[in-house]
Amino acid sequence: MAASARGTRFLRSISALLVLLPLLSLGCTLRQFPQSSLHPQADYASQIQRLLEDLMFWVVVIFVLVEGALVVAVVRFRNRPGLPEPKMTHGHTGLEIGWTIAPAVILAFIAVPTVVTIFKTQSKPPAGALEVKVVGHQWWWEFQYPGLDITTASELHVPIGQPVAISLQTADVIHSFWFPAMGGKRDVIPTHTNAMWFTPEKIGTFPGQCAEFCGVSHANMRMKLMVQSREDFEAWVAAQKRPPVEPDSTSLAGKGKQVFLTAGCVACHTIAGISPGTIGPNLTHVGTRTSLAGALYPNTPEEMAKWIQDPPVRKPGSIMPKLGLAPDQIAAVVAYLQSLK
Amino acid sequence: MATTTAPVGVATGTRTSFAAGVWSWITTVDHKRIGVLYGVTAFLFFLIGGLEALLIRIQLARPENTFVSPDFYNQLFTMHGTTMIFLAVMPLSASFFNFIIPLQIGARDVAFPRLNAFSYWVFLLGGIFLNLSFFLGGAPDTGWFGYSNLTSKQFSPGHGVDFWAIGLQVLGISSLAAAFNFIVTIINLRAPGMKLMRMPVFAWMTLVTAFLIILAFPVITVALVFLLFDRFVGTNFYVPASGADPVLWQHLFWLFGHPEVYILILPAMGIVSEVLPTFSRKPLFGYPVVVYSGIFIGFMGWGVWSHHMFSVGLGPIADSFFALTTMLIAIPTGVKIFNWIATMWGGRVELKTAMLFAVGFIAMFIMGGLSGVMHASPPADLQQTDTYFVVAHIHYVLFGGAIMGIFAGIYYWFPKITGRLLDERLGQIHFWLNIIALNVTFFPMHFVGLLGMPRRVYTYAPGLGFDTMNMISTVGVFAIVIATLVFIVNFLRSVRSGETTGSDPWGGATLEWAIPSPPPAYNFASIPTVHSVHPLWEADASDLIKDVNRVRGPIHMPPSSYWPAVAALGIALLMSGMIFGWWFGIPGLLIMLVGLYSWAFEPCH
Repeated sequence: MAASARGTRFLRSISALLVLLPLLSLGCTLRQFPQSSLHPQADYASQIQRLLEDLMFWVVVIFVLVEGALVVAVVRFRNRPGLPEPKMTHGHTGLEIGWTIAPAVILAFIAVPTVVTIFKTQSKPPAGALEVKVVGHQWWWEFQYPGLDITTASELHVPIGQPVAISLQTADVIHSFWFPAMGGKRDVIPTHTNAMWFTPEKIGTFPGQCAEFCGVSHANMRMKLMVQSREDFEAWVAAQKRPPVEPDSTSLAGKGKQVFLTAGCVACHTIAGISPGTIGPNLTHVGTRTSLAGALYPNTPEEMAKWIQDPPVRKPGSIMPKLGLAPDQIAAVVAYLQSLK
Repeated sequence: MATTTAPVGVATGTRTSFAAGVWSWITTVDHKRIGVLYGVTAFLFFLIGGLEALLIRIQLARPENTFVSPDFYNQLFTMHGTTMIFLAVMPLSASFFNFIIPLQIGARDVAFPRLNAFSYWVFLLGGIFLNLSFFLGGAPDTGWFGYSNLTSKQFSPGHGVDFWAIGLQVLGISSLAAAFNFIVTIINLRAPGMKLMRMPVFAWMTLVTAFLIILAFPVITVALVFLLFDRFVGTNFYVPASGADPVLWQHLFWLFGHPEVYILILPAMGIVSEVLPTFSRKPLFGYPVVVYSGIFIGFMGWGVWSHHMFSVGLGPIADSFFALTTMLIAIPTGVKIFNWIATMWGGRVELKTAMLFAVGFIAMFIMGGLSGVMHASPPADLQQTDTYFVVAHIHYVLFGGAIMGIFAGIYYWFPKITGRLLDERLGQIHFWLNIIALNVTFFPMHFVGLLGMPRRVYTYAPGLGFDTMNMISTVGVFAIVIATLVFIVNFLRSVRSGETTGSDPWGGATLEWAIPSPPPAYNFASIPTVHSVHPLWEADASDLIKDVNRVRGPIHMPPSSYWPAVAALGIALLMSGMIFGWWFGIPGLLIMLVGLYSWAFEPCH
C-alpha cells in the first residue's frame, strides 16, 4: 500500500511539474494572472486541478511517444540514395490489436478519475453552506443572499472556509458563471436553476467574468469575488443590512437624492425604502462597492459621473440609457450615490 | 452534340470568345469543371474568412483596443466561424469529391451531373447571400453556434440572424444534393471489379462524409426552421417566456454540430491516406482497419454531442456518459494515426510538398486530438470550455488538421487537374511558414485560455496577464497571411507556366493517375476492370493504362445545361425573399419552378 501510495505521489508530482513547467518558465503567479484556472483557491478548483494533472501526464506521454514515432519515421526512412525499394507490407494484425488496446487502457486511467471527480464535484453542498442566488443580466451580475436579505451587484462577498452554495438564474439570455480560482463554470439558462458549490480557501479578491457569449457587451460582463475573514464578512453583512444613509437635504448629496427621485432612476434601481426598480443593480449600498458597471470601472466619483453621463458609450449596448442630465445634476447624484455606504 | 471523342481538359485554353467561355462554365455539368469551380470559389471564401480572422487578431493584439467596434467584432467572429466551416472547408472538400472521386473509381462523371451543377450554384449563391449581410444592416452576430434565446427577435431584432438562418438553409440544400449525388456515384458507378474494399481510402471517407451529411443536415434544418418560425411567425420553440427550454436548440445544434466536425475532418483524413502511401512507396498500412476506423468514427460521432454542453448542467450521469463516448472516439482516431505512421515506417519517404503537408497534418492533428482528450473530461472542460483553450484546440484540428490536409490534396492533385506542377521550392516555403506560423498563433492560446481568457470577447482588461500571449498570436496571424500569399503566388504562376507533367508525376497507385493530365472530358476512354486496391502498382499496370486510354468508338457524355443554375438562382431568390420581401420571393418561386421543370423535361440526348 505504502509503495503504491508513494508511486501515486511520484506520478502526481511528475504530472504537476508537467502542467506547471511551462507556466513556471513564464514566471507564472496568481498575481500576474489573477483570472487563472491553474491556481486553485477553493476545494472545487483543486479537485479539477488534480484531475488536470492526471490528464496532462498521459497527454504529454502520448504526445512525446507519437510525435516522436512520427519524426523517427520521417527521418529514418527519408528518401536517399541507396535505400532499398520498400517491402510491400499491407498490415499486421498483432500491431493493430496492440495499438487499439493500448489507448483503451490509457483512457481507462483517464476515465476513472474523470467519473469520480464528476460525481464528487457535482454532489450536494454540505449543510451550513452560505446560500447565494446569482442572477445574470445583460451585462452585469446580481448577487442575492436569501438567508441574509441582502442584494448586491458585481462583487460577491463570501467568508473564508465556509462552503458557498450558489443557485444560478438569468433575467434574459444564457450566461455562464465563472470564477476560475474557485472552480469550473456553470451556465445560467432561462427556465433552469443551476447549482454549484465551492469552499474558498484563501482570503483575497479574485476576478471572474461571463463565459457564454451573451450579446454585444459580453466582454464587459465582469465580476469580483471577495473572500474575507469571518469578522470582515460579518462587518460587511452588518453594513449591508443597515437602511440607506439619509443625506442632509441641503447638502449636495441631498440634492442628488432629489435628482435620483425625479430623473427616472427609480424605475430601474432599488434603494431600500426609497425606490423599487429591479431592472438595474440594487444601489442601497453602492458606495461600499469598489467597482461599477459590471466591475468594469473603479467606483470613483469621476468614473461614476462618466458612467451616468453616457452609459452606452462606457458599456456598448448598455440597457441604462443616456438620461441627458446636466453636469451639476450628475455631480449631485454622484455625491448621493457615493454617500450610500 | 452529346457525343465527344476529343479530349477537352479543363485547363486547356480553347479559342472561343470570353462570353462563350463564361457561358461554358455556367452551363457545365462536367464534374471536373464543377470541382474547379468549387475549389476556386471556396478558396475565395477562405480568404474572406481569413481576412475576418486577421481583423479579429488585430483587435485583440492589445487590451482595450478600439480597432473595431464591439458590434462589428461580434459579426466578425460569427462570420469567421460560419464562413470557414460552411463556405471554405466543406466546399474545398467538395471540390476534391468532385474532381477526384469519379477518377478514382473509374467513372466518366458523377451519377447526376446536372444535380452536381445545381449543388455548386446553390452553394455559390448561398455564400454570397450570407456575406451580403455585411452591407445590408449588419452580418449575423450571435456566433456560428447561434445559441437560443440570444437569437430570438427580442434580443436580436436586426436581420443578421435571419441572414444566418436562411443562408445556412440554402447551403444545406447544396450539401444534401451533393451528398446524395456522391453516395449514388460511389455505390453505383465504381469500375467493374472495384469492390468496396478495393476503393481508395479517399473514396471511402467521401462516402462516410456523405452519409454524415444526409443524416446531420436534416437535424440543423429542423432546428433552423423552428428558429425561423419563431422569428417570422411568432411561434415559441425557443421562447422561455412561453415555457420553451432554450437548451433544445443546443441539443439539436450539436446533434448536427458534432457529426459536422467529422464532415470537416474525414475528407482530409482521406486525402492524407492517399498522399502517405504514394510518397512512402508503400501501400497504406492496415487498409481495412483505417477504413473501419473511419466508419466507426462516423457512427460514434452521433453519440458525443453533449460534450459541447458540459457546462449546461445536464447532471453527473449524462456528463459521465458523454465523457466516456467521447474518449472512446479517441481510440479509432489513434488507430488511424498509428497506421499512417506505420505506412511511412520501412518506406522510402519522399518529402515533396504534398507529403510535408500530410505529415504536418498528422503532427498537428495529434496536438488537437490530445487537447480534445483533455476537455473530454467534464471537470477539466468546465475550466476550459468557452475559453481560448478551446479556440486553440479547434484550430489545431481544423487549421492544422483539415486545412493542412486540403493543402496536401491541392499539391498532390494539382498536376492532375492542370497538367502542371506547383513550384516545389515555393511549396516548401509555404509549408514551413505555415506550420511555424500556425503554432505561433495557436499554441499560446492554450495558455491564455487556461489562464482565464474567455473566447468571443472583443476586448480584455489589462492586468490579467493576457497581453503578451495575445500579441504573439496576432504576430502569428500575419505570418499565416504571408504563407498564404506565397501559396497564391505559386498557384497563379504554376497554373500558367508551371512545369508540365505527364499523367503520373508521383507514381500514384490509384486510377486517376492512369489517364492524361488534365483528363479528357470523358475521363476514361474505356472503363477499366480493377483487381486491386492499388491497381497502378500491380504488375499489369501498363496494360491497364494502355487499355483505359484506348478509344473504342463514340462516348456518350451528358450535354451542358443552364437549368441547374436557373433553379439555384430561383431558390436563392425565394429564400432571400423572406428578408427582402415578396418582390424577391415570388419571382424567385417562379424562376425556381421554371428551372426545375425545364431541367426535369430537358432531353439528355
